[in-house]
Amino acid sequence: MPVKSPISQIYALVRKDILLEWRQRHALFGILLYVFSTVFVINLMVREPEERMWNAMFWVVQLFVCVNAVAKSFLQESRGRLLYFYSLVHPRYFIAAKLIYNVLLMLLFSSVTLLCCILFLGNPLVKPWYFLGVVLLGGVSLSLLFTMLAAIAAQASQNAALMAIMGFPLIMPILILLSNVSQSAFSPVVQPGLGGMFLMLAGMDVLIIALALILFPFLWKE
Amino acid sequence: MAKNWWKILSVLLLLYVIIGGFMVPVPVIGNNQQAARSIFFHLPMWMAMYTLLTISVVNSVWYLATNDLRRDVRASSAASVGVLFGVMGFLTGMLWATYTWGGTIVNDPKQMTTAIALAIYMAYLVLRMSFTDIDKRARVSAIYNVFAFALLIPLTYIIPRTVDSLHPGSASSPGFSDKDTAGTIKMVLWPAFIGFTLLGIWIYTLRNRYKRLALKNIIHG
Repeated sequence: MPVKSPISQIYALVRKDILLEWRQRHALFGILLYVFSTVFVINLMVREPEERMWNAMFWVVQLFVCVNAVAKSFLQESRGRLLYFYSLVHPRYFIAAKLIYNVLLMLLFSSVTLLCCILFLGNPLVKPWYFLGVVLLGGVSLSLLFTMLAAIAAQASQNAALMAIMGFPLIMPILILLSNVSQSAFSPVVQPGLGGMFLMLAGMDVLIIALALILFPFLWKE
Repeated sequence: MAKNWWKILSVLLLLYVIIGGFMVPVPVIGNNQQAARSIFFHLPMWMAMYTLLTISVVNSVWYLATNDLRRDVRASSAASVGVLFGVMGFLTGMLWATYTWGGTIVNDPKQMTTAIALAIYMAYLVLRMSFTDIDKRARVSAIYNVFAFALLIPLTYIIPRTVDSLHPGSASSPGFSDKDTAGTIKMVLWPAFIGFTLLGIWIYTLRNRYKRLALKNIIHG
C-alpha cells in the first residue's frame, strides 16, 4: 500500500472524527442543550446583565462548554482503537487532526453560545462583528489548549476532574486576555494596547500548537 | 568537606544577609520607612524559584529523552522545592504590599500573574498524585511540566514588564537598575541571591535523595 501524504492522512482523520460525531449525534446535541440551559439559567437569575457581567458570563460559559466538548475527544476512543491508529499513522498527524477537528467543533459551539447569549441576555454589543471575531479566536485558543490537556488527562485514571485541575490555571491567562480584548466591543472608544494583546494571544496559540506537536509523540509511547 | 564547600558558603552568606539585612542603612522615602528591607528576603525567593524550576524542566526533558526514572525524581523534587520558594516569595510580597500599597492582595498584574503561575505548578504536584503507575506518572507529568514552564516565563517575566503596575520593575515604575538602587542595598542583595539559591539547591538535593531512597526497590544506583 503506498504511503499517503501527511495532508491526506490528516484530512482522513478529521473526516473520520466528523463522521463519527454525526453518527453519534447525542454528544453534539447534548452540548448544544448544555449551552442553551446554562445561558437560560443565567437569564432566569440575572435577567439582562450589564456589560461587564455579560462579558464575564459569556467567557465562563465558553470555558465550560469547551471543557465538556473537547474532553470527550480522547475519552471516546477506546484503548484498542487508539492502538489501531498508532499502527496506522504518525502520532504527530494524529494530534494535528484532533486539533483541527476540535477547533472546527469549538468554532460551531462558540457561535451557538454567542447566539444564545444575545437571545437570552440582551445585546449590549456596540461592535458585534468585532466581538464575533474575538469569540472565534477565543474558541480556537480554548480548544487548542484543552485538546492537549484532554490527551494528557486520558492517560490518568480520574480524568474528568483532572482536566479541571490542570486546565483552569493554564487557561487563566488566555481567558483574562480574551475578556480584556473583548471589552472593546462594548464601547465605541478605542482601547490602548489592543494590538499587543492580540499578538500575545496569537503567540500563545502558536506556542500551544508547537508544544502539542513536539510533546504528543512522547505521550503516546506505551 | 571539599564537596560541601557550597553548603558552608550558603550558611555564611545567609548569616551575612540576615544580620546585614536588618542593620544596613536603607534610604527612607516618604512614609515607606524601613519597608525597603523586605527586598533582601523577597527578591532572592524568586531567584531560587526560577533556578529550581529550571532544574525541574531540564530534568523533565531529559526524562523524555532517556526514560530514566531518576530524572523524574529530580524533576519532581526540584518542582516542589521551587513551589515552596514561590509561596514564600508571594508571602513576603504580601507582607510588603500590606504596608506599602495598603492591601494584602491588590489588583496588581504582577501579583495576579504570579498567583496563576503558582497555581499551575500546584496543579503539576496534584497531577503527580493522581497516578499509581510510576512510569506513566513520570511521562505525563514531564509533559505537563514543559507546558507549565512555557507559561511561567511569559506570565511572571514578560507580561508584568509590559503593563502598568504598582510593582517595582514594571513598565511605568523604576526597577532595580544600577542607577536607582542604593549602594548599601546592592551590598546585601547580591549575596542574598546567591545564598538563598544555594539553600534552595541544598534542600532540593536532600529531597531528591530522600525520594530516591523511597523508590530504592524500583530504581537502582
